[in-house]
Amino acid sequence: MAIETLFIANRGEIAVRIIRAARQLGIKTVQAYSVADAESLAVKIADEAALIGPPSAAKSYLSIDNIIEAAKAAGADAVHPGYGFLAENATFAARVAEAGLTFVGPSADVISKMGDKVAAREAAKAAGVPTVPGSEGRVASLEEGRKIADSIGYPVIIKAAAGGGGRGIRVANDGAEFERLFSQASGEAAAAFGDGGLYVEKVVHPARHVEVQILGDGTRAVHLFERECSLQRRRQKVWEEAPSAALPATVREALTASAVRLAEAVDYSGAGTLEYLYDETSGDFYFIEMNTRIQVEHPVTEMITGIDLVGEMLKIAGGGALPHRQDEIVRRGHAIEVRLNAEDPANNFMPFPGRIDALRLPGGPGVRWDSMLYPGYEVPPFYDSLLGKLIVWDETREAALDRLGAALSELTIGGLKTTLPLFTALLKAPEVRRGEAHITWLETWLDDNAKHL
Amino acid sequence: MAEIRSPLPGTFYRKPAPDQPAFKEDGDTVAVGDVIGLVEVMKTFTEVKSEIAGTITKFVADNEEPVTAGMVLAEVAS
Repeated sequence: MAIETLFIANRGEIAVRIIRAARQLGIKTVQAYSVADAESLAVKIADEAALIGPPSAAKSYLSIDNIIEAAKAAGADAVHPGYGFLAENATFAARVAEAGLTFVGPSADVISKMGDKVAAREAAKAAGVPTVPGSEGRVASLEEGRKIADSIGYPVIIKAAAGGGGRGIRVANDGAEFERLFSQASGEAAAAFGDGGLYVEKVVHPARHVEVQILGDGTRAVHLFERECSLQRRRQKVWEEAPSAALPATVREALTASAVRLAEAVDYSGAGTLEYLYDETSGDFYFIEMNTRIQVEHPVTEMITGIDLVGEMLKIAGGGALPHRQDEIVRRGHAIEVRLNAEDPANNFMPFPGRIDALRLPGGPGVRWDSMLYPGYEVPPFYDSLLGKLIVWDETREAALDRLGAALSELTIGGLKTTLPLFTALLKAPEVRRGEAHITWLETWLDDNAKHL
Repeated sequence: MAEIRSPLPGTFYRKPAPDQPAFKEDGDTVAVGDVIGLVEVMKTFTEVKSEIAGTITKFVADNEEPVTAGMVLAEVAS
């Protein structure tokens, strides 16, 4: 049944984006908000708004009880989770369904299956999608570990099974080093996590981050080509493009086909993204994880395909079948997105909330601005630092880079520090210009250049 | 009476983690450089260090309370 009233359980720029997609489909919108977001753009432009709690996200945007109660009270028939917060929380998806509402996204079962790294890896292998070579689960002994490491080839990474936060991780460049580090890593993991279990995995380096956008209706899935997000700092993407500058046509075809196979194998419903590491030297790609939600960088895909991804999510959730055959989805040109964050790039990217005292936006053909900012808006300190996304499109990557430079030169966000100077500087870096940056390139570049931003 | 103020706007935490005891309690002594709490701003945690020595007479800000830059967190008798 098509959605009539949509409850938006998120905030910031993605809430604004969801309201726009819903409005285009004639769907009434109810915007959830915390006390800190009472003056937000999403609250101002939605048809209705519902208070869900105090500023603390744990008591508002992460409170399943508050959200479901507010959605029911507002007479909503569906809930869009956006990204972050509860978007990939299987319990939330299940509770929404139990309350008789439609969750805009896949089922709780699919979320929990693809959200579990081991289960997702098994699903990928079953669908014939390559994964990073390594041990299947825990390594029983040093001898077994050595055997696996020898067979996948060095360098290898040794990871704590119970790990997290980078602790218990070692990189071994040869067999002798492997034997020495394996014992150390096991001891450290046992001390830190009370569990000395270890995994062994191939190091893909230098690697490019490529990801495939898919849409599924529970029966059939299609891909909308790939995005490349190799420019990252602390595993946070700062700049995304579509298509990838690194992929030859044959690899693109194999990569996108693998994503469709995996999505269909799990009867995927909604929008999703399969993330891969791509090894340019060998031409191999490896599935790493699936995000069962809309992503921050979805606009670059919309710009090259002309398809409204959030709109498609709403139609699929409303019971619609996929409207497109694969051969009807074509790409044209090149799109780039940069994330304007309230951070000071010259001071270790310290968060910088505050009041927007001036706002001048770029425009013209091929320029898009997805944001919740307005002049006078007070950016609250309680949530993430994303202020807006500047997206540009042109026929070629070279022309898109030039358009990005022109758009950045017109953009003024006054009153706080932003990541704008980072992008102006990156546009001058030859590696960015040539499309050669791999996933650790930006951090190395920042070591030398951050102080001048 | 001296005061310890928040250096940043955000959410004030009196504990290093939810299941751990508070950095300081009312009545505790405090030295220059002692951590008395954390302020979370946009998912980044910053330690709040005392710039004065003395005894904390009272925490004015509660655990998990939203704070503004310059807001008094605790009062100290030196």
